[in-house]
Amino acid sequence: MKEETNEKDLLRGLAKNDRKAVETIYSDNYNTIQSLIINNNGTSDDARDIFQEAMIVLYEKVRSENFELNCQIKTYLYSVSRRLWLKKLQHAGRYVTEVGNLEATVPVEEEVEDHEKKDVEFDMMDMAISKLGEPCKSLIEAFYLQKKNMQEIAADFGYTNADNAKNQKYKCLMRLKKIFFTHYKNGNP
Amino acid sequence: MEDVMMLQAVERYIRGEMTADERSYFENLRKTNPEIDQLVVEHSLFLQQMEDFSERKNLKAELHHVHAHLTEKGEIKPAELVGKAKVVYLWSRYKRVVAIAASIAIITTLGVSMLVNTLSPKADNSKLQDLSRDVNEVKIQQNAQKREVDNLKNKIAVTQIPFRTAGTGFMIDGKGYLVTNAHIVRNARNIFVINNENDQFRANVVFTDLNKDIAILKIDDKDFKSIPSVPYGVRKSSTDVAEPIYTLGFPRNEIVYSEGYLSAKTGFNGDTLSCQLGIAANPGNSGGPVFNHEGEVIGILSTKETEAEGVAFAIQSKYIFNVIEQLKKSDTSFQKVKVPVKTTLAGMNKPQQVKKIEDFVYMVKVN
Repeated sequence: MKEETNEKDLLRGLAKNDRKAVETIYSDNYNTIQSLIINNNGTSDDARDIFQEAMIVLYEKVRSENFELNCQIKTYLYSVSRRLWLKKLQHAGRYVTEVGNLEATVPVEEEVEDHEKKDVEFDMMDMAISKLGEPCKSLIEAFYLQKKNMQEIAADFGYTNADNAKNQKYKCLMRLKKIFFTHYKNGNP
Repeated sequence: MEDVMMLQAVERYIRGEMTADERSYFENLRKTNPEIDQLVVEHSLFLQQMEDFSERKNLKAELHHVHAHLTEKGEIKPAELVGKAKVVYLWSRYKRVVAIAASIAIITTLGVSMLVNTLSPKADNSKLQDLSRDVNEVKIQQNAQKREVDNLKNKIAVTQIPFRTAGTGFMIDGKGYLVTNAHIVRNARNIFVINNENDQFRANVVFTDLNKDIAILKIDDKDFKSIPSVPYGVRKSSTDVAEPIYTLGFPRNEIVYSEGYLSAKTGFNGDTLSCQLGIAANPGNSGGPVFNHEGEVIGILSTKETEAEGVAFAIQSKYIFNVIEQLKKSDTSFQKVKVPVKTTLAGMNKPQQVKKIEDFVYMVKVN
């Protein structure tokens, strides 16, 4: 019973991006996933990538409105990692027999597919921002990613006042939207 | 500039930064103007994307930090193999690569050796011994003296020529065309063919195919009288494994019969030109005809394996046709050469067959 509440706390912490919770989940589960990947033709770098992706999937699930986890965190991370790794192996054209068939798994196909779609969008945004060029890139990142307010930004970027910074930011935003939506529409017919 | 202001308004609206008055005004505007409504929808989608992006980016950075931190603390061990030994790990990781590399190596090796085999069929000479006989000079001289008495006409020529090698040949056309091995008559200056009755004729090489190891000789001697037909035929198709076969040849100065069976349809190391025979063959049998029980020529005895007794190889008879075709192409004067295909010996027993055949099998002497 105690463990169950503990897990719930951890997930709540993860949803809030709590460092301690992330660290605990990470250290509790990483080695299991690493041995899964390494015993199935992977390297420790592959293991890190797969595990972190699985963490993101879990994070997205925790953040979603109708969140409900019907199994242990461990089982969930294992299932997602296994699915992700299988996909990666198949993508690389390797012959896959059976990956880690001794552990209990839960069906995670939908979540993984969802995650992949979001991954594509993430890459699209990443690319759009990197295409933006300076100072737009830093301006946008400061406002939308680091969530600084306009006064701070004006001071940091040397604008005479917040309104000037705001105007500049909107100009940048228009350009970013243009780049992003061109790809978004092409990428998602 | 207008666009910028509109975007600003939309963003303030979505983020809930408008005052109540502004808000109701804007909502009204949104209802009446579909373009603005569209812009709101689009921008909320975009802001959502930005939000997802930022969350994910922050989480990724966080995960990297955590990973580095935990590695530092030693709670997770990177690059260390859990559960299996390193060698086993490497093996399981690379076994496919190893298998592929090994098969490529094998294929390459086989390919190269096949190429070498086909391009230089004589490369196996170390293991194969040509059956041509190096004739002992003393013996030759004795024979020559014997023939001196028997055959006055050819006496002088024979005594003057010490023979280098000898083999066997057989007639395929009564006009004096003989088949033998190319290796027997290679670098020959003079060639004599001697039949079982010790009649000796001078012959010339009219065609050689060193690859197939087949040579065609033509008796070119005024004492030779052409024969209307040969009693045996040459088989065009291949022979079945285990069929009994026999050969006639001159490992000595007398015709020698020996028999065996066809052991394989291919020759040494899978050579498709020849076939393998289980037969006792000796130097001197080279170039001799190999007959099946119906008296059809199925091959030309050519080599034997030095490492095993009773294993010999014969060039498949179908290549005789092949060579004759080439001969006809090379010179129009050979248009009339005909390879017999019909045997008249079927149904006879061996001694009867041999009696008929022996007059057409010649000793080939070369210097």
